[in-house]
Amino acid sequence: MKSFLGFLFGVFLCLILSLFAGESPTHVLMVLLKSAFGSKYDLGLTLFYTTSLIFTGLSVCIAFYAGMFNIGAEGQLIIATLATAAVGILFPNVPSSLAPLFGIGVAIITGGLWGFIPGILKAKRGSHEVIITMMMNFIAAGIASYYVVGALKSTTSQNPESEMVSPNYLFKSFDPISQFFQDSPANLSLLIAIFLAVALHFFLFRSIKGFEIRALGQNEEAASVAGISGVQLKTLCMTLAGAFAGLVATNEILGSAGKFQLGFSPEYGFIGIAVALMARNRPLRIIFTAFLFGALQKGASDLDLETNAITRDFAKILQAVIILSVISFALIPLNFEKVKKWIKKQA
Amino acid sequence: MKQLFPLSLVLILTQTAFAFKVGLVLDKGGKDDKSFNSSAYAGATKAQKELGIELKYVEAMDTNAIENLHRSFAKKDFDLIVGIGFAQADAIKKIAAQFPEKKFAIVDGEVNLPNVKSLLFEEHEGSYLVGAIATMKSKTKVGFIGGMDIPLIRRFEMGYAAGIKKQNPKATLVSNYIGITGEAWNNPAKAKELALAQYNSGVEVIFVAAGASGSGVFDAAEEKKKLAIGVDSNQNWMKPGFILTSMLKRVDIAVFDTIKDAKEGKFAGGPVRFGLKSKGVDYSVDEHNDKILDAETRKKAEELKKQIISGQIVVPDYYKKAK
Repeated sequence: MKSFLGFLFGVFLCLILSLFAGESPTHVLMVLLKSAFGSKYDLGLTLFYTTSLIFTGLSVCIAFYAGMFNIGAEGQLIIATLATAAVGILFPNVPSSLAPLFGIGVAIITGGLWGFIPGILKAKRGSHEVIITMMMNFIAAGIASYYVVGALKSTTSQNPESEMVSPNYLFKSFDPISQFFQDSPANLSLLIAIFLAVALHFFLFRSIKGFEIRALGQNEEAASVAGISGVQLKTLCMTLAGAFAGLVATNEILGSAGKFQLGFSPEYGFIGIAVALMARNRPLRIIFTAFLFGALQKGASDLDLETNAITRDFAKILQAVIILSVISFALIPLNFEKVKKWIKKQA
Repeated sequence: MKQLFPLSLVLILTQTAFAFKVGLVLDKGGKDDKSFNSSAYAGATKAQKELGIELKYVEAMDTNAIENLHRSFAKKDFDLIVGIGFAQADAIKKIAAQFPEKKFAIVDGEVNLPNVKSLLFEEHEGSYLVGAIATMKSKTKVGFIGGMDIPLIRRFEMGYAAGIKKQNPKATLVSNYIGITGEAWNNPAKAKELALAQYNSGVEVIFVAAGASGSGVFDAAEEKKKLAIGVDSNQNWMKPGFILTSMLKRVDIAVFDTIKDAKEGKFAGGPVRFGLKSKGVDYSVDEHNDKILDAETRKKAEELKKQIISGQIVVPDYYKKAK
């Protein structure tokens, strides 16, 4: 509720800001709404961004529960996307009934590996996960550039991108979502992302392991006294975080582009942090906050095009204002029960 | 004059009512990179002033946004849509096929559709020339600093290396790249460090092809009293006396001419190559560098230019090698 109020306040502030920039606030609001819901294509593109943001939001979220801060979602998703593309190119003859599953498996494993390394270093050696994951981001970017301008380089295009993966790997033929949102990159991965959010919710709040993770995140000493092994759980959580981020590969490779393009991610990994924070780490809420950020990501370029004064940079300011106001509203000691009582008293 | 007034008024009115509308989609670097995108933007604004077209420019946020922007322009009543940068080729290929009645142009990419004009530059030819010029101005070592390590910049480097070898087979090329992510186009601090290291190792002239990072190399040149070579736009003014010349890539002319042709109804699809011959690539001489770029050097450079144009010298092309 507070997040929602904060969001409304943020939008309100943005409209005032746009007034100062010389744009009519109603026009700006209309552009933003049309940008998200205007047509099947518009909604599709927004949902495409949403899908990746759900994955990275969940990735940041699970690490938070175990008391860790995963800055490395960006690197995890890049390495997983690269590996999935590589497998799709190197093993073109996997039958089309198995290939997509194989691709998803590769994405989960490589993403997971990229989370496992900082996880085990944190658990066993106490190395700070923020430093390690940040370093791993650079390593992932390095490996990606190396292969994209080298071994996996496309022979038909001058772009820094890989070859197309074998068509066996693509969802296209049995993907109701991409058939519905024609021309837009939205695809089946959206359902995977939503399913994963629901599954994570039950895992965290309805299972013993989930309880242990939450206990560990809230008070490590108390948890260890209660016989919960921090080493194992921390490694597990970072590995899961990596695997979740790695699933972005299904959205990018198997679902839409079909090839690895350098710079394909508008920093999903970092926006994912805001997505998780705004959802206050609730997996189910992440679905909605991811959609919100997806709409803002899409709306930014539409604002640039539809208005005279609002440029790409101004659109980023608007995004930041909304994030800030949502987060600061969480600090206001607003108790809705008290408000209700007060209203009753007045009546 | 008085009789002319209503006439001109009518002209103005009809012009605004039926103004030729051009949409310009810039690369992620944005219009203020003082290099590639700035050049495209300059060409489009010149067309706005001189031809009275209506111009709307946008800057791409990410790869998926590019297609979105082209689609939005195409859906509206824009007559010509110009995409800047190789990253837009896929988006234009898709959108131009869906909107065959609209006209498109792309810089640095090739799209084979009847309604798309591809503006391609022979960067290796210009790089060859500045390579030769750099070698004339140094003893044994010349430097190259690239932005992001991608095929386009390798093409600059390969032409540059060939120009050096031609001028002095014994000269060595010291080559560095700033980075492997898009951030490399906008990291003058690292560019400066690399340039200082190269100058300290005995390099006398550095050619920098790194977008907005280039300014760092020019700072280093001033600090060490050495020379640098700019890229894309004429950058001689940025540090007069320390910038030997700039390898021009006249994106501005290409964009302006495309808009002009389209407005006059002479638009034709297909690839157009801008090389030394059509002055699409060149090296710059102006009041900021005519003292350091002496007459003899210029004469030699002009001779090489003639030989390249006539085909006597074939400059190696990274794109062709890659295929």
